[in-house]
Amino acid sequence: MRHVIDKRVPETPVPVIRIRRLTKSYGHGDATVHALRGPDDPETGEPQGVGLDIEQGDFVAVMGSSGSGKSTLMNILGCLDVPTSGRYLLDGVDVGHLDEQQLSLVRNRKIGFVFQSFNLIPRTTALAQVELPLAYAGVRAAERRRRALAALSLVGLGERAGHKPNELSGGQQQRVAVARALVTAPAMLLADEPTGNLDSRSTEEVLALIDGLNATGRTVVLITHEDEVARHAKRVLRLVDGQIVSDLRQAPVDGPPPALHDLGVPA
Amino acid sequence: MILWQTLRFAVGGLAANKVRSALTMLGVLIGVASVILLLAVGNGSSVAVKDSITSLGTNSLTVSSGSAAGGARAASSVKKLTVADAKALATDAGASTAIKSVAPVVTTSGTALYGNVSYSPGSIVGTYPAYFETANQKVVKGEYFTDDDVLGSRKVAVLGATTAKQLFDTEDPVGKRIVLGGTPFTVVGVLQAKGGSGFTDPDDVVIAPLPTVQNAFTGFGAVNQILVQAASADTTTAAQSEITRVLLAAHAIADPGKADFRITNQASLLTARESTTKTFTVLLGAVAAISLLVGGIGITNIMLVTVTERTREIGIRKALGAPRAVILGQFLTESTLLSVIGAGLGVAAGMAGSHFSIVGIKPVIIPESVLGAFGIAVAIGLFFGSYPANRAASLRPIDALRHE
Repeated sequence: MRHVIDKRVPETPVPVIRIRRLTKSYGHGDATVHALRGPDDPETGEPQGVGLDIEQGDFVAVMGSSGSGKSTLMNILGCLDVPTSGRYLLDGVDVGHLDEQQLSLVRNRKIGFVFQSFNLIPRTTALAQVELPLAYAGVRAAERRRRALAALSLVGLGERAGHKPNELSGGQQQRVAVARALVTAPAMLLADEPTGNLDSRSTEEVLALIDGLNATGRTVVLITHEDEVARHAKRVLRLVDGQIVSDLRQAPVDGPPPALHDLGVPA
Repeated sequence: MILWQTLRFAVGGLAANKVRSALTMLGVLIGVASVILLLAVGNGSSVAVKDSITSLGTNSLTVSSGSAAGGARAASSVKKLTVADAKALATDAGASTAIKSVAPVVTTSGTALYGNVSYSPGSIVGTYPAYFETANQKVVKGEYFTDDDVLGSRKVAVLGATTAKQLFDTEDPVGKRIVLGGTPFTVVGVLQAKGGSGFTDPDDVVIAPLPTVQNAFTGFGAVNQILVQAASADTTTAAQSEITRVLLAAHAIADPGKADFRITNQASLLTARESTTKTFTVLLGAVAAISLLVGGIGITNIMLVTVTERTREIGIRKALGAPRAVILGQFLTESTLLSVIGAGLGVAAGMAGSHFSIVGIKPVIIPESVLGAFGIAVAIGLFFGSYPANRAASLRPIDALRHE
């Protein structure tokens, strides 16, 4: 059952994420706001853009106060938004050249989203929620059901497959969202403040889940402003005013995430 | 698989707002039902006209006095139609194949008495036995009066169904004596009811031999009409020119343009009336089509609300990798489902409604109108749903997700 979820992408030299000179600005002329700018060019004073590589199997926390550009970065990484300039290679594919149809395919196959506000579809059972990305991928009904149930039991909600979002607690809803994000075995799990709306116990549950996924080789990019949450990551990026100001490695890429390492789980 | 999934989501979406969906469907329902019903009413009235054409006898021609050219001549110079004219036609009928029979007709009114029951029939007709066949009047009880009755001026009468009912109620009128304008008549037969389509009831008559009526009421002068039966529907034109020729000779008129009589063809008269009812049907249909259109706009309206309300959900679906076509399909299915269910119920309502008589007209459903109304309603659902669906599908995922 587990092999469905735990499908490791073969070792490749290509990083999962490679961005080069990426900028994102809103507005025009004097009113232009650079949400992502990177360091300024010393000669022209123009923003040079952000550059970043994220390796296969890494667990990266992107930190920053609100307005620092971390959500903009997350939206671009998730192919929900397009950069103003620069290149973004996801799993070796330049997404800048893809049309809307291909982008939806990329979101479906390569990215699993976990949002702060859960973003479950109302009036839909947990099982149907998790089946949804598989349905869009064109997986047959029986196979879809099997994989969705496997993902739900992985997050510990196998018993609650028939429940609708309003019948689940916040932590349970977020676990459904995690199951939904990982059911297609994406190259990367993108979590935007996944614990922002949760109490401390649910926070621990969801973080443990993400730790576990990373330990099995899934690349995780997590956006947060809490140090507690960032402590789970192997690498911590700090964004201030659209620039990466610090890049701190807390644990090696090919080891277990620090939280599990502390508990003595072998690599 | 995706189709089934889409249908399930659409049903779920509609069920989430039951009242709203029901009201939108009601709009389509009323549109479809009114198209079917109003066209059925229009059709019903034209069917009634058609029936009365056949009941009048399609082969009959009516000759009446009066100038075809209008009021250029003084009334005094117009020669009235007489029994002699009818005889001339009847003589000619022997030689011609176009004319089958001739019946002069006088029409008058009076009061009929039976016992202490007094009733004024719509008309009292004096004529020859040929009239019955020409005017498509059939006796159901008793018998027709005969040529002998006419020759002998016998005081016999055949009653229309309405007259018989008014005078005798449940009693059998045959053999009874009634008093018409002071003259006693023996009832020999009762006519089959024809049913009325217009303002006059064709069953409200008393028919008696021509000389008897002339003797009792009108005097032996002019007749009101001469009813001529053509040999068949195809020979009505030939019969018409035959009548013109004979009567022009009888009235010694050389110029056909100065004829002092008119020939009317009942069938053509009613065809004109039928075309009037067609116009009426088209008008009714147009009004109904407008209500169908309004129902369609209702769908657009509600789908726009739905798309706005579910913008966030659309964003989530897009983030999960829903292609544009799936989002488009989902909302199109929803709007089409609204129109299909609404139209289905509308067809049922229209069918049910057509069982009742509306303003005296029995609606007759046009099968094409049922299919047409249903088809147009479904097409309207697709057409009016496509704008909101397209709007949903073109939302940028990031904008949709940020929507509060």
